Amino acid sequence: MISWAVLAALVLFSAVTYALGRRKLTAQAAGQGRDRAHSRPGYHGAYVMLWVAVPAAAVLLLHGAFGGRIAAAAVQAEKPAAVAALTPQQRMVFYDDVQSTVVGRTPSEIIYAPDVREALDAEAREAVRIEMGLRLAAVAAALVLAVAGFVFSYRRVRPEFRARQHVEGWTAVLLFACSAAAILTTVGIVASLAFESFRFFQAVPPHQFLFGLDWDPQIAMRSDQFATSGAFGAVPLFVGTFLIMLIAMVVAAPIGLLSAIYLAEYASRPTRAVVKPLLEVLAGVPTVVYGFFAALTVGPLFRSTFNAIGAQLLGGPFHELGLYLSQVQNQMALVAGAVMGIMLIPFVSSLSDDIINAVPQSLRDGSLAMGATPSETIKKVVMPAALPGIVAALLLAVSRAIGETMIVTMAAGLQAKTTLNPLDTVTTVTVQIVTLLTGDQEFDSPKTLSAFGLGLTLFVITLILNVIALRIVQKYREQYD
Amino acid sequence: MTDAALPPAGAQPALQRSAIEARLKARRAREARFRWYGRLAITAALLFLAVLLGRIVSQGYTTFVDYRMSVPVYLDPARIDPTDPTGANYDLMVADAVLAKLGETDDALGTTSGKLMALLSTDLGFQLLDKVRADPRLIGQTVTVTGPVRADASLYFKGLVDASAAETDRKLDDRQIAWLEKLRSLGMVSSGFNTSFLTRSDSTEPEQAGVLGAVVGSALMLLVTGLLSVPIGVLAAVYLEEFAPKNRWTSIIEVNINNLAAVPSIVYGLLGLAVFINWLAVPRSSPLVGGLVLALMSLPTVIIATRSALKAVPPSIREAALGVGASRTQTVFHHVLPLAMPGVMTGAILSLAHALGETAPLLMVGMVSFVPGVPAGFTESATVLPVQVFIWENASERAFHERTAAAIMVLLVFMIVMNLAAILLRRRFERRW
Amino acid sequence: MLSQPEGSKDGPVHIELRPQSAHAVDAPAKLRARDVNVFYGDKQALFDASLDVPEKAVTALIGPSGCGKSTFLRCINRMNDTIATARVTGRIELDGEDVNDRSIDPVLLRARVGMVFQKPNPFPKSIFENVAYGPRIHGIATGKRELEHVVETSLKRAGLWNEVADRLQAPGTSLSGGQQQRLVIARAIAVNPEVILMDEPCSALDPIATARVEELIDELREEYCIVIVTHSMAQAARVSQKTAFFHLGKLIESGNTDEIFTNPRDTRTQDYITGRFG
Repeated sequence: MISWAVLAALVLFSAVTYALGRRKLTAQAAGQGRDRAHSRPGYHGAYVMLWVAVPAAAVLLLHGAFGGRIAAAAVQAEKPAAVAALTPQQRMVFYDDVQSTVVGRTPSEIIYAPDVREALDAEAREAVRIEMGLRLAAVAAALVLAVAGFVFSYRRVRPEFRARQHVEGWTAVLLFACSAAAILTTVGIVASLAFESFRFFQAVPPHQFLFGLDWDPQIAMRSDQFATSGAFGAVPLFVGTFLIMLIAMVVAAPIGLLSAIYLAEYASRPTRAVVKPLLEVLAGVPTVVYGFFAALTVGPLFRSTFNAIGAQLLGGPFHELGLYLSQVQNQMALVAGAVMGIMLIPFVSSLSDDIINAVPQSLRDGSLAMGATPSETIKKVVMPAALPGIVAALLLAVSRAIGETMIVTMAAGLQAKTTLNPLDTVTTVTVQIVTLLTGDQEFDSPKTLSAFGLGLTLFVITLILNVIALRIVQKYREQYD
Repeated sequence: MTDAALPPAGAQPALQRSAIEARLKARRAREARFRWYGRLAITAALLFLAVLLGRIVSQGYTTFVDYRMSVPVYLDPARIDPTDPTGANYDLMVADAVLAKLGETDDALGTTSGKLMALLSTDLGFQLLDKVRADPRLIGQTVTVTGPVRADASLYFKGLVDASAAETDRKLDDRQIAWLEKLRSLGMVSSGFNTSFLTRSDSTEPEQAGVLGAVVGSALMLLVTGLLSVPIGVLAAVYLEEFAPKNRWTSIIEVNINNLAAVPSIVYGLLGLAVFINWLAVPRSSPLVGGLVLALMSLPTVIIATRSALKAVPPSIREAALGVGASRTQTVFHHVLPLAMPGVMTGAILSLAHALGETAPLLMVGMVSFVPGVPAGFTESATVLPVQVFIWENASERAFHERTAAAIMVLLVFMIVMNLAAILLRRRFERRW
Repeated sequence: MLSQPEGSKDGPVHIELRPQSAHAVDAPAKLRARDVNVFYGDKQALFDASLDVPEKAVTALIGPSGCGKSTFLRCINRMNDTIATARVTGRIELDGEDVNDRSIDPVLLRARVGMVFQKPNPFPKSIFENVAYGPRIHGIATGKRELEHVVETSLKRAGLWNEVADRLQAPGTSLSGGQQQRLVIARAIAVNPEVILMDEPCSALDPIATARVEELIDELREEYCIVIVTHSMAQAARVSQKTAFFHLGKLIESGNTDEIFTNPRDTRTQDYITGRFG
């Protein structure tokens, strides 16, 4: 990485060139009286500075982003014999250790054979040399570009020079680049997910993934074996996700909608002024906190309640049920679903509030003037008018529930079970993604790649829900604006 | 136009009135019930909030009081080698010192001292080691060290250990409890505000674990997120709102951004893993990579918030600026953007507050490892507060539970401060056009 | 500003008076307002308004914008109740009973006093459901046959039946502006009110639709007591038998329409009518 000193030098140099550009123009434009410069001095300074700073910064940025890979590739290009004899897996660990040695981190605890140990030190020295060289090259290139840029732009500073247009041109390019960042993000998401999933689907066929009923992601112990012993059927995950989402919506939809209706139609201004911020607080609580709450408060509470009920039923006509209830676990789907529902209440409420307030007052007036009560007006006029928007809000809440990670990771289980019983322990797509990627796994195994397959599925489904919801909201808004 | 054969209007007013009146009672009852449902819903939501926060505070506040022990320890020269102080067993020396105070001696197998060491934090031993390393002349003298009691002992002093339960069901047996009481009566135990929770980083021992490392990690990460997402987001919004021609491409971009804002955060984590860590080799578990991932996640929110702020500035401002000869760029940057600043800043602060609480994407980029120190730079291994909460929640020891709740309290305090700042900013600088 | 009556372009305002029917203002008052004041928060919008509204006639409330006529109208069916900051004092009697009395349920009141608004506001339901709304909730008509009968009767009275009979299930919003307003009138009529209040019912309509609605009003006044707020003096002169002039929240004068327009007592009325202010 480039040191702070280099960055500071670049900034300083840019500032100096800015000042120089300004001064040149001021000097030249002075004493010209009516024949004033096209642009103010600041623009000329900025013009020079841009030509100095931007190319140099671009080089440094490229070095920062890709330098590591280029260096690694160069180091690995010529391997000493001892290293070439290693298996690909061992080689990867070896080069990781080389990198750790260079950076000063503690390497892995593998005991290497003496010749490999020697090779490690040699490669480490080589790596240091290459990185130094690359760094020097980058700084030199940046310097050259900066100076060249200065020479080129300084010469053009003249009163007739339309510096402002050029600077504004740069600005437009910068602005456009920034909005391109948003597009690139989407492209990045889709591309990375698709690419890694493609590799996964080469090992596990898509229909087995999408329709298989057995989720048991194991990899073989030997590195050259494929996932012959694992099963990657994701249906239990989909069912688990669906179950928890359903429970969450059963909690969030009625409470969220009713509170939105009350706040929008009945509540007085002071009430609204107090309750709405409090609901915002509920919305702002991080999901990890909800997860903690679910795991350490709600889980034990529900479990002990059900166990107690079960104990009561033992020996009676519902003995079977009692036996089942006294054995339910902390991680039942009901717990994660209920807490997720609580988390979604303010989301549903605030979206619904916006939708309900968008219904024109003239409709309410028309109904009230006919002698309808406020609740009749709401039930028969306002809600039917708001229905598309409400449906969209609920779809967005469903999408949120499906994509939620922390609550389920901390409160739901790891067993993949295809069941709709809320008292059962299930696992979801997001939990599996976390579990698969937070172990000590090498990156390429089908096990870790399956996380990307799951991620792609999740992305596609939430995307579809969101697109539908946003289209509905757009059409609804057009109706009333 | 009207049909003459129709019965005259208001033909049976009396009959109609009684029909209406008959139904009125039921309708009024339905009205009252409906209102109650609304009130119930709001009460339920607020109750959940109260229970959630109440539980967290009640579980966590005990962390902020800790119990410390002061022990004068004789640094026996026979047991410490001045050339290699690390070889000595300082924990045993501390235990012997305490045993002496209790008037007991160690047995041949060392089980007594072992039992006692379960009550003493290894921090005492580390302090001695540091002192001896700094000044070897201390060997042979008696040095007093003060440090926290071990987690289970601390729980006992806070009254969280059930002394009446059967001995095998407890973490502390009767002998250990008797020792603790004696030490307390000897005045060797003091309690006070637990500053070490806020000044220390993570540790395997609960009584030595603190949130400083996580706080610094969060701060560094938020810095990266803010420096990336706010400028890029604001400038992107400026382009889309003020400069871009209104055609099919821009509406596609707009739909795109709205969708990005609703993508689950874990997908951004996957993106970070695939692109930043694997392709661009950004150091795993660093504030840099965490900041990059969360910057991408916050970008759509900042863009949307900035666009609303820009839309709220009336067109007359732009027209006035253009009218005096300003260029498009000058109009936007000298006139429109400054007026939209309060809304932009509010949106930026709120998106950063949201990023502070994010956990899932950071788990994907490796921030879930145990990080014992304070991260010194952007490329070092670090953790953030919400991930720290996640890590501690998985720990089985009871003492970690109270610390998890306390860490949540710290996190919530930061978030409340940021949200309040955003609200105050909005109130203070909002303009009503 | 004054709206020009049809046909005239420039020149002094020309008011055309219609011959009045026998029923005029000598009939017993259906509505009696005495010293009505309305406050929106601290601002007073209506000062001591007192007016008698006769039965089976059209009473027009005229005056420049913001003078309190709509406020007064909304007092009659207690629509001001829906505004949180509104406060109403004084008596408004419908057949002798004070509508502001605690014991009067606004729901019952509004079944007797219907309202038509400035912008047509059909519900997002079918034409049939729009008209059937009132009878359904009040329980006046239950069951398919009864509702169909009520809907048909009301649409016929509103003069809309022939145009919509074949598409009663079409959404109410699919009609033209003038048809929507007549639909809304049919909706109001369906509950058999005694009074119909109209707040500038034609201001959002084109001249042809306006003419049709005015014809309808003329027919309806044989059955109902109608109070119409209008900013068009020409309209007031065409359709009403009694006129009340409001200005800056005060009821300046009221009386027979022809008297008000030919021989007003107050100079302010004179000034308004002759177009000195709008």
